[in-house]
Amino acid sequence: MKHFALAGNPNCGKTTLFNLLTGSTAYVGNWPGVTVDKREGTYKKGEEPVKIVDLPGIYSLSPYTPEEVVSRNFILDEKPECVINIVDATNLERNLYLTTQLMEIDVPMIIALNMMDAVEKNGDRLDAEELEKKIGVPVVKISALKGEGIKELMDRAIKCSKEQRKGETVLKDSPIAHLIRDVSIALSAQKDVNAPLFHAVKLCEMDEIEAKAHEELVPMVDAFKATFSDDTFGTDFEAIVADARYKYISANYSSVLERKNRAGEKLTKSDKADRVLTHKIWGIPIFIVILFAIFHLTFSENLLYLNGFTSSMAWMPTLEELGMDTENVGVQLLACFYDGTLFSPGVMLQNIMGWLTDLVGMGLEAACANAPEWLSGFIVNGVWEGLAAVLSFVPQILALFLFFSILEDSGYMARIAFILDRIFRKFGLSGRAFMPMIMGFGCSVPAFINTRTLADEHERTATIRVIPFFSCGAKLPILTAISGGILGAVDAPNVDLIVLGMYLLGIIVAIAAVILMRSTTMRGKVPPFIMELPAYHKPLFKGLMIHLWDKLKHFIKKAFTIILASTIIVWFLSHFSWSWHYLADEEMSESILASLGMLIQPILTPIGCGSQLTKYGWVFAVAAVTGLIAKENVIATFSVLCATIAAGAGVEFEATEEGVTEIIFLIQQTGITVPALIAFIAFNMLTIPCFAACATARAELPKGKFKWTLLFWVAASYLVSTAIYLMGSWWWTAFIVAAVLAAAITGIVLWNKKHPWKEKEVAATEAAGEVANEAAVTEDNETDKEE
Amino acid sequence: MVKKLSEFKVGERGVIKTVAGEGMIRRRLFDMGVTPGADVYLRKKAPLGDPLEVTIRGYELTLRKTEADSVSMEVKE
Repeated sequence: MKHFALAGNPNCGKTTLFNLLTGSTAYVGNWPGVTVDKREGTYKKGEEPVKIVDLPGIYSLSPYTPEEVVSRNFILDEKPECVINIVDATNLERNLYLTTQLMEIDVPMIIALNMMDAVEKNGDRLDAEELEKKIGVPVVKISALKGEGIKELMDRAIKCSKEQRKGETVLKDSPIAHLIRDVSIALSAQKDVNAPLFHAVKLCEMDEIEAKAHEELVPMVDAFKATFSDDTFGTDFEAIVADARYKYISANYSSVLERKNRAGEKLTKSDKADRVLTHKIWGIPIFIVILFAIFHLTFSENLLYLNGFTSSMAWMPTLEELGMDTENVGVQLLACFYDGTLFSPGVMLQNIMGWLTDLVGMGLEAACANAPEWLSGFIVNGVWEGLAAVLSFVPQILALFLFFSILEDSGYMARIAFILDRIFRKFGLSGRAFMPMIMGFGCSVPAFINTRTLADEHERTATIRVIPFFSCGAKLPILTAISGGILGAVDAPNVDLIVLGMYLLGIIVAIAAVILMRSTTMRGKVPPFIMELPAYHKPLFKGLMIHLWDKLKHFIKKAFTIILASTIIVWFLSHFSWSWHYLADEEMSESILASLGMLIQPILTPIGCGSQLTKYGWVFAVAAVTGLIAKENVIATFSVLCATIAAGAGVEFEATEEGVTEIIFLIQQTGITVPALIAFIAFNMLTIPCFAACATARAELPKGKFKWTLLFWVAASYLVSTAIYLMGSWWWTAFIVAAVLAAAITGIVLWNKKHPWKEKEVAATEAAGEVANEAAVTEDNETDKEE
Repeated sequence: MVKKLSEFKVGERGVIKTVAGEGMIRRRLFDMGVTPGADVYLRKKAPLGDPLEVTIRGYELTLRKTEADSVSMEVKE
């Protein structure tokens, strides 16, 4: 089967065209750099099926970003039968810059002039035929968004692929034209070189990859350099070549585009929106309001604060107070929308999902009524409860994702990066890192995926590592339950303050960790921030639905694989003893899980949840372990285990949904202290995230970084929670913690002074793909991680 | 008059004379169309004064002041 490659600038509509050609639903966004890896699909509507490869969006074929190398190597090594170069007609000059480079490769090529509808809407005119005549390769007008011109494009591409094409360059009139010719002839003489012209041009630019591959020709270029001097650029061939390309483009191709108005002068709708959204004074407040609104609409249980800001101001009656029968299924459905307070859309959806899963759960229980106890327990508690736990979070995560998709598709996300870059630079990141971090408050999984938009590998790794510190939705129940328990058992400040404090702690640890990484294992310059700001446009309903469907698919897959498997394992471990004897819920303390919990209990001693507790202390160890599967499990584990303990000890105990009574009960039964409980929250918040998040992180991190990332999470959570426990229990230990911290900081600063960071070194090791030496540094850095 | 792009005021317009510096950032600037001879219009600065947003070759580009520092411009009236 023939294969065609789609190549073009970021955000020029490549992926939209790819989806159109192959009928798939790959992720598209109005943010440059959404496609990071190449993707494949099949076009079946032509005379023969064709494999379509969607390459990452690139501005140039220089080897400076991983995406560019992927695209360059694909076209050179895989030799596609045709390259479809997508050119954004609204942005002709810069798009043709890449075209002039692609044309130098000996490969059949066709230009798809995309976004023609937008050009015409602006009242501009673009003469595709004249462009084709001038440029020498077929040009087809298309609109990927509206699906226009696709058939013609593919028919001509297939025709095109049947003929050979020799590379051509626009540098024929440049001062180094004859050097390029000479090098090209020398390269043609070598057997294994295809596309000699392309390699010749890159060699003249002294492109790193090229200079390494053809060392024998470097002296030839150097010799030429010695005899050559350009008026403006001296012997800077890189600049000469880039300049010559752009000069050629403006001289020859600008005539094909007739603009009604000169760019930058007229005020389009996009400009007007931009004036407000990135306003000097209002830009940041507007951004905060938008962000707050998103979280409010997704998570608030008191829509628009209609029910007053505090509980004393509440005036809305609950359904029960209105005299309704809360046992009635219909009333329960009503309660999904309103019960004593009006819920936000996100919470409504979550409640509806809960209502549905409850119905299914009850149905399953009824169906299993006559089955043996172990079987019904397995199905209802082992399988279904695990699935329901994941499903219950899907609506809110989808809602959050919908809002972020709207921000992204509209083009506002790129502006957020623009607004916040100044702040993020202080931490050694760029403004682009903001979005994945804030998404972490919803769920780490989409947040990890979003880091793909970060160009710099160090920045991406650092961001992925701190995303779990932005406490996700599934960790919230741990926060509220334990804070509530603390409040109930001892005289502590109010719950909101503890919860907010823990969120802040997460953010502080994240910032500290980023600074730490950037000054130890990931030293380097602050990643540059040179980014295209796409025009604002209205998000398309279809596009948004594709995003959501993508997300939903991901969760369903997750629910039926990792989560299902892990809940089944936990259920087995907690319902069987070592002698493979089935245990009822009340006998859980004899289970394999309990004995494993007791085994690892001492590890939690430094954070106050280990050996110092009485005989039920293993509950915390078990909860922490089940939390690794899904954070929702922590409180669920408490509920189940408290019931067991109460039954065993013959104490009265009533479980609640929020888990508050469980915590009070545990304080009484295990003797756990308040500092230890807070340390326990911190531990769960900062430690290794759930299975699903780990799987995603593994996929998104560069090779070899995942194991260090796991270690980093364990170390960070363990050290921070130990410090909290120590300082909370014995105030004077604060001095020790401060001393250790100061020693660690001084150590790092001194070491950095002694081993100043050199740009070239890092670039070289990176190019060679060496992670080994960095890994070694990571190791000794983890030991003094003590923020 | 010649001055650096980083010293431009909002609304100023000019033609690029030279792009100094070296390595990846300079290459990136070239690839994005920041080459001698290109028209640049400083549209705005971010709320905290940095980065900048410019119109160049018919599109919007954002870059930091440190990056704009290496671009020297011939100011247009």
